[in-house]
Amino acid sequence: MSEALKIALGRRYRFAASHRLHSDALSAEENARVYGKCNNPYGHGHNYVLEISVSGTPDPATGMIVNLTDLDGFVEREVLEAFDHKSLNEDVPVFRTKVPTTENVCREIYQRLKRFPQAKLERVRVEETSNNAFEYAGEEF
Amino acid sequence: MVYLTRKIEFSASHLYHNPAFSAEENKRVFGKCNNPHGHGHNYSLEVTVAGEPDPVTGMVLDLKELKEILEREITQRMDHRFLNYEVPELKGQIPTCENIARVIWNLLEPRIHQGRLHRVRLYETPDLFADCYRNGAKPG
Repeated sequence: MSEALKIALGRRYRFAASHRLHSDALSAEENARVYGKCNNPYGHGHNYVLEISVSGTPDPATGMIVNLTDLDGFVEREVLEAFDHKSLNEDVPVFRTKVPTTENVCREIYQRLKRFPQAKLERVRVEETSNNAFEYAGEEF
Repeated sequence: MVYLTRKIEFSASHLYHNPAFSAEENKRVFGKCNNPHGHGHNYSLEVTVAGEPDPVTGMVLDLKELKEILEREITQRMDHRFLNYEVPELKGQIPTCENIARVIWNLLEPRIHQGRLHRVRLYETPDLFADCYRNGAKPG
């Protein structure tokens, strides 16, 4: 293999969750103006798609960067169990103080998954709807 | 710099088996993919070329030429084939998405003379894919 090449594995997962966009730093009118419908006090939900990319050297014995069972198990434990069928504002502690915009969701998922020990996390992409997608690849990009 | 992507699809079968492993180990590591008769996928391949559009033609490269390269190098070699037995470039390797993407990169890179191969993305299913790109390039 040429050392100049990088191989990354991409995997897509799904979770359904509710959220409400509201900032305590803004007045009621400002919240309504900035967040529009997303400021509805009872919240609303999305079917989120999470796409991640991890890189590494494929093991010559298995041809794999990482065994999918290990990767899937890690994502399940670190993200899906905490996010799926949850209220992001109420059930995920970081979003008690941070607005759960998909930008922030993307960054939070990156922080959780970058601890994966078997491969390097390259990129996290979160699709909030089929028309809105957000990506985070750490601060160097 | 402009990035141009062309997509093709091919269907092929494969199986994961390492002769250095015991039968039990093969089963444990590769699971269902170790079925000795193989199984198949509809692969989807996205090839991205980076370059500056030619001021006269407005093109990074002639798409017709890229289409022909993909047909000759990839479709003819891999479509409706059993990857373990019929693709010599994969001989001695487990035909995982990662390894196939690297083989595809190595087949295409020397053939692209206008622009520069930027990324090969190979989908094995809509939820599983491998990217091959140059170290240091922006991921994804």
